[in-house]
Amino acid sequence: MPQSSRPLSPHLQIYKWQLTMTLSILHRATGVALAVGTILVVALLLALAAGPDAYASVRGFCGSPFGLFLLLGWSWSLCFHLFNGIRHLLWDAGWGFEIPRAYATGWSVVVLSFVLTALIWACVFARGGIA
Amino acid sequence: MTADLHNTDLQTPLKRVRGLGSAKSGTHHFIVQRVTAVALIPLVLWIIYLALALVHADYAHARALVHQPLNALLLIAFVIAVFWHAQLGVQVVIEDYVHTRWLEVTSQLAVKFFCVIGALASTLAIVRVVLG
Repeated sequence: MPQSSRPLSPHLQIYKWQLTMTLSILHRATGVALAVGTILVVALLLALAAGPDAYASVRGFCGSPFGLFLLLGWSWSLCFHLFNGIRHLLWDAGWGFEIPRAYATGWSVVVLSFVLTALIWACVFARGGIA
Repeated sequence: MTADLHNTDLQTPLKRVRGLGSAKSGTHHFIVQRVTAVALIPLVLWIIYLALALVHADYAHARALVHQPLNALLLIAFVIAVFWHAQLGVQVVIEDYVHTRWLEVTSQLAVKFFCVIGALASTLAIVRVVLG
């Protein structure tokens, strides 16, 4: 076979890391994380229906260091997936495909996701934290 | 079953797609994913508000919050939309990354069953709080 000096199609290892691809990967990752997080929603609702003891133990888990770590991750994931999901819906409507606009909306999603997460936790800790 | 769309034999395109199922539901997954996404925008904003109220509520107050008709209704709507949307999303992830057929089918079924049971269990729990 003749050797060609033409460049190969870019592989992930040498592909220049960009905001747009990062957000695309994060949208998937946060989506999967949130799907796992539904377990806590079900657990909390089942415990609420079951009685005070069950509810207290789920609340206790939420207030534990590991529980707080999960809640912090899930709350940011939810905010990010919400804002980036709106960005996706705008694309579905045909708006925002131009590269400068894709970057502007992308950075807006990043900033908004951290702002909303910070607001949520400010509300939690302003009134004494969890549990 | 994989259809080779680039074969160069003398079969007509119609002959090649026969038996592969109807093409009329091709956009169904895409559309339902978007419909549930649109529904979840207001529902998620509301659930954040409810969750913040629940964080600072004791057991009786938490039950009273979920007991309110509007809260119960929106909570059931949220739970159904969220499990539906999650199933559709995870389905695509599995389709993309799991290429061992038996593992793919098993995980797709497991995710579907988990989401249906999750939605039903949550709804039942909400109904128990409303009626209890």
